[in-house]
Amino acid sequence: MSMILNQVRRGYFLDSVALMRISRTVAGLDGVEEAALMMGSPSNLGIMCDADLLDEVGRAAAGGDLILAVRAADQAAGEAALAKASDLLERRPSAAGTGNTWRSKTLRSAVKHLPGANLALISVPGDFAAAEARKALRAGLHAMIFSDNVSIKDELDLKQEARAAGLLVMGPDCGTAIIGGVPLAFANVVPRGDIGIIGASGTGIQEISCLIAQAGGGVSHAIGVGGRDLKAEIGGITTLMAIDALACDPATRHVVLISKPPAAEVARRVLERIGASPKSYTVCFIGAEELDLPANARAASTLKAAALDAMQINALLGTVHTVTVPDARAGSIQGLFCGGTLAAEAQVIFRAAGLAVASNAPIPGIEPLAGSTALHRLIDLGEDEYTAGRPHPMIEPAVRDDVLAETLRDPDVAVVLLDVVIGLGADEDPAGHVAREVAGRGAGGPIVIASVTGTDGDPQGRLAQIEKLRAAGIHVAASNADAAELAVACIGAGA
Amino acid sequence: MSDLVNKIAGANEEAVRRMLAADPVLIDVIPANEAIPELKPGMILHAGPPVDWERMCGPMRGAIAGIAVFEGWADDLADAEAKAAAGAFDFHPNHHFSAVGPMTGMTTISQPVMVVENRTFGNRAYCTINEGLGKVMRFGGNDAEVLDRLRWLRDGLGPAIGAALREMGGVPLKAVVARGLTMGDEMHQRNVGCSGLMLRAISPALARTAADTQELARALAFIGGNDQFFLNIAMALGKAMMDPVRDIEGSTVVTAMSRNGTDFGIRVSGTGDQWFTAPVEMPEGLYFPGYTDADANPDMGDSTIVETIGLGGFAMAAAPAVAGFVGAGSASEAANFTHAMAEIALGENPEWTIPALDYQGVPTGIDVRLVVETGVAPTINTGIAHREPGVGQVGAGVVKAPLGCFEQALVALAERMGVA
Repeated sequence: MSMILNQVRRGYFLDSVALMRISRTVAGLDGVEEAALMMGSPSNLGIMCDADLLDEVGRAAAGGDLILAVRAADQAAGEAALAKASDLLERRPSAAGTGNTWRSKTLRSAVKHLPGANLALISVPGDFAAAEARKALRAGLHAMIFSDNVSIKDELDLKQEARAAGLLVMGPDCGTAIIGGVPLAFANVVPRGDIGIIGASGTGIQEISCLIAQAGGGVSHAIGVGGRDLKAEIGGITTLMAIDALACDPATRHVVLISKPPAAEVARRVLERIGASPKSYTVCFIGAEELDLPANARAASTLKAAALDAMQINALLGTVHTVTVPDARAGSIQGLFCGGTLAAEAQVIFRAAGLAVASNAPIPGIEPLAGSTALHRLIDLGEDEYTAGRPHPMIEPAVRDDVLAETLRDPDVAVVLLDVVIGLGADEDPAGHVAREVAGRGAGGPIVIASVTGTDGDPQGRLAQIEKLRAAGIHVAASNADAAELAVACIGAGA
Repeated sequence: MSDLVNKIAGANEEAVRRMLAADPVLIDVIPANEAIPELKPGMILHAGPPVDWERMCGPMRGAIAGIAVFEGWADDLADAEAKAAAGAFDFHPNHHFSAVGPMTGMTTISQPVMVVENRTFGNRAYCTINEGLGKVMRFGGNDAEVLDRLRWLRDGLGPAIGAALREMGGVPLKAVVARGLTMGDEMHQRNVGCSGLMLRAISPALARTAADTQELARALAFIGGNDQFFLNIAMALGKAMMDPVRDIEGSTVVTAMSRNGTDFGIRVSGTGDQWFTAPVEMPEGLYFPGYTDADANPDMGDSTIVETIGLGGFAMAAAPAVAGFVGAGSASEAANFTHAMAEIALGENPEWTIPALDYQGVPTGIDVRLVVETGVAPTINTGIAHREPGVGQVGAGVVKAPLGCFEQALVALAERMGVA
């Protein structure tokens, strides 16, 4: 026995075409025989009466009133249909169609225009970043905070709030992430695959993901955690959540964790969490001494070693460029790096070779630059003393120009070691820039060795960048680690 | 801190709830001193925040002089100006008496005012009858033709519409606006659809209550010939909708925006009846033949109440032609005005929707915090008056609300909440 249910909204107008669309949806619901939403004009009342849709509620409506009418198999179906009709009236789809070219000015509006979004990338001056991140979390979004200069207290507060809500805060100072195949901030175009990356270092994630891509692998997710996440004050909140998240991700087979050596207590907790994960792990605490790892984890001392271990291969097959080692010569090696973790990886190799080396961002066992008399120097040009008031050298390669020109002129320098980082967010032609600087050096100048962190899918194209470097007489190694080893070989290891 | 955030969120939710719950009905036309018993001879209500004679702009002074002659408080315009300068008249904002008026916004004892009752909350708001286009008092016109028309509005049209509305039990306005939005109206510069709908709604009752067919014909022709007839109704509707939103402790929602030709003023729910003012800006627009922006008076009128409720510049997407008033603006860019206004509004009105935006509702509940945060100023669609008294309208265009009002309001709110 069918039921007729009517509702009247007094003084509620909506265009008849919009009403017909809602009517069609409601009429298609289970248990609904017929449905119509119409303004209560005399002619509409006639139509609805003929369709056997009116009860006394609807019949009493006036011309300016909206009638919601359903005929359903039973009371429950009728009520459900009216509820659905009301819902459709109140929540008409937002204007996210193709014709909408509006670029939101606030997070709030962006969420409205893109209701399916679940992550906000925050890149605003540091003073405002925490406030924006808080808005993102309260809108139910994961946050990637590219901004730096966020206080460690704000970082802790944000990460605790996020953890309580089951959301990830990547950063602050998180330069790189690839989530579900979408590169965020400085990242490279790498294939999707079954290797997850968790990293406290942007260029570390970039180098590893690119080497995995070179070796024919791919990345499921690369989760940046920010440079301070594994410090004692933060306690690895995001790293631990990332380990848990990837533990449940069916697309991830193996995970690479890359960081500077964490605080001992934090390292213990992180390794314990890894031990509880069903995934296998490669752990690269770059510059750290021996690690006491759980059974499902293996250690890697360099980014390259981490990538090879994750791929379970011994060499970067098919991608190794034949580099003839130039005649060994006397003098120093000067490394000028845009990527902080690439500078750290070079230090690991120099340390293993027993070279006397100093750095402005030293890893354990390496001398700090200030006051050092060490012959060799590995400089991170992304450190504050080089970037104060200037963009990062990955965005503006000219930051390296002055020091590079000076180094090339120095008669005591035997080898100049460089990194070239490409990808989304990086300068459009960093290799071309380096090539122009190096091409001007005099005959008999130092040997120049470089590597390109990137893929052929990147806008700059890795091979094209390598060709520009080679054309300027630069020796290009297959990886940053290979470049560092080549530099060591040039002066005769252990010299 | 989050307690405060929650308090503000709750207060604003209530403010938007009250806006959306409004049920404004045009119920009557009565003399202003019946509607507003405080009105006395010599008392003149004007548009915008408070302003004295010395600071009044040309058109405002012209309207003051004209209305004083109309009310019989001065022998002629010169006499009226001398009296005004000597302090003979008592000036107050319309907003202080549940009233609003377009452009100069003159409201005095004997003028007929339309009465809009918000049946949800029981409050009433008032606005004079729109005089039509051309030389009119709201733009500072004050010659014999202007005053004669005002007399007919007082003695002929006003009583006729009042009788018709009483006879038919009033006209619910929410659905009229909803329909107008689908007909290309934004209820500030474009009221063609709503004016027609209104005429359609009241014509039978006008005919039934008319004593004289010639008078009836004149009334029908006047309404039918005035594309802006509905503007003043929309304004009274706006005032009736926003007054119940006043005085919600902690709310950052704007309850009124208004200009007197010298200052732009806003009121905010959480700061009661305090005005926050800044110098008015010049509209950007198009001019009638023979006039240029050199002739234009700065922005003026209580009609910004229409933007306060999400219409006018906020509903630009519904009236693409109006976007053409701005720079080289194209009709296809109209949607961006509405999107921009959505950045500074708390919600949408689900009953006032715009077909071209996939039935997105008009942005509702201007939040001073969002205005200051984004630097996006409310966009206002407006007429442009001549800067000299007595000339009248010379063009139409679009103007921005000055951000200074919103910054002051935010600071005042912060002080009130103890976070300044």
